[in-house]
Amino acid sequence: MLHPAALDPASLPTPLLGRLLPAGFPSPADDYLDGEIDLNPYLIERPASTFLMRVAGESMKGAGILDGDMVVVDRSVAPQSGHVVVGVVHGEMTLKRFHRLKNGRAALQAENPDFPEFVIGEELPAEIWGVVVGVVRKLR
Amino acid sequence: MAAAPPFALIDGNNFYVSCERVFDRRLEGAPVLVLSNNDGCAIARSQEVKALGIKMGTPAFKIRDLIAKHSIRVFSSNYTLYGDMSRRVNAVIADFSPDVEVYSIDETFLGLAGFARRDLPAMCQDLRATVARCTGIPTCVGIGPTKTLAKLGNAAAKKRPEFGGVCDLSGEGPRAAVLRAFPVEDVWGIGPATAAKLAALGIATAAGLRDMSPKQARALGTVTLERTVLELGGLSCLALEEVAPQRKGMAVTRSFGRPVTSLDELREAVAAYATRAGEKLRAHGVVAGQLAAFFHTSPHRDGPHHHGQRSTRLVPMTADTRGLIGAALRCVEAAWRGGRGCRYVKAGVLLDDLCRPEDAPPTLFAAPSPKSGALMAAVDRVNAKHGRNTLFPAAMGIERGWKLRAAHHSPRYTTRLDELPRVRA
Repeated sequence: MLHPAALDPASLPTPLLGRLLPAGFPSPADDYLDGEIDLNPYLIERPASTFLMRVAGESMKGAGILDGDMVVVDRSVAPQSGHVVVGVVHGEMTLKRFHRLKNGRAALQAENPDFPEFVIGEELPAEIWGVVVGVVRKLR
Repeated sequence: MAAAPPFALIDGNNFYVSCERVFDRRLEGAPVLVLSNNDGCAIARSQEVKALGIKMGTPAFKIRDLIAKHSIRVFSSNYTLYGDMSRRVNAVIADFSPDVEVYSIDETFLGLAGFARRDLPAMCQDLRATVARCTGIPTCVGIGPTKTLAKLGNAAAKKRPEFGGVCDLSGEGPRAAVLRAFPVEDVWGIGPATAAKLAALGIATAAGLRDMSPKQARALGTVTLERTVLELGGLSCLALEEVAPQRKGMAVTRSFGRPVTSLDELREAVAAYATRAGEKLRAHGVVAGQLAAFFHTSPHRDGPHHHGQRSTRLVPMTADTRGLIGAALRCVEAAWRGGRGCRYVKAGVLLDDLCRPEDAPPTLFAAPSPKSGALMAAVDRVNAKHGRNTLFPAAMGIERGWKLRAAHHSPRYTTRLDELPRVRA
């Protein structure tokens, strides 16, 4: 009943070497074939607790995360100061950098001067949904 | 008697509702209701909806006013999401104990033989916290010397907040107290008929059932009831089933999105169910020897009522979609009564007499086609890669106006790149 998480059932592995059989001499590389590169284990260390999300907005531009990117979110990671996290403020998921402040409070900080920072605490309760461990972007 | 190694049952609270809440945090604290296939009946209710007195199985059309008045958030069942979340929960559980039996989409038994010396309630609290952290799903755990008691403990943990989510029935003292307060009809394996018989004998609680003599239990019910009595007393009769037993039968049944009145549409729907049944057979690596198809009108609506059903042998036994469709359509046509104003609301295909192809009896005249397996494997591969029904038999029709209604479907957040949850930045 247990399988590793396949986030995209139609994941396309990258062939490293050709599969065509030479008609003449056997390839000297045959003994060195190494399978295929699969990005899933690289991006997703803990499949059970890892989720992908789609980014909407520009507030994390400074952290290199752009509108339309996919972020890889691992819920099993304990959030630490400096982590980029998915926070929940007023029921809405928001991508921000998490900082513990000296006064025992915490902040969710945008990395774009055009956006405000939230100081979270009693007046503004927030939840950390998960820690961002990767970004996926295709250029075309 | 040596203490038997205990069992635990961990189960997701209001599981389908919890799955929706993981990805839409605005639903936390709001009344949330999930409807069965075809948006028919309530099948999962948040605590807020339970508090409004809406019962499991209530048809949606009967509570339209309540839904509007309390702004209840209504969802069609999203089994793609619930199945994936269930798989994740079980992957986390498997890290705690190698002995697990996935009992249903939201319930898993654990064998705790290796943990006998540890503080089990503390370990189960740790398990709950880990499942919640990794998947977002809240759970409750019941612990007991038998599976029946673990299940009962789980129900008690869910109903009574003072247990803090874990109810340990290992000790005689707490067990006796919980069993005295536990209604007998809620004990695992006690159906309404048995409960009525027990009520006639004045047995209303789990404690009353435990104190029944096993002999009397066998006379009253079956060997199952006798086993339940023994299990309530702490004698383990049911082992962990770590490997799912090979299925003896299989069914694909669905309600239609709107009533079907013509034979053509009924044929399309049944061909589609036969196609899905073939996929399921092949996924389990078995062939079927018997097929039945049925269709019926709604028992709750006015107008002529009809339940049509026929069955046929499959010779040779097969998992080939083409053979299954042919047999299913023959059954439908044989049971069709010419319409006569009947508005059919549901149909299904049932397969029986399943076995591995190598165990199928050889047939003299109708040999299975050697190319059938290769063709079906190719179709299954294409559909696995490009999505269900990329390749489909023409008998299924193309418009499929009869298809299930799922008007309030949430996205398949965890399995589709184009339906991922959005995070504002």
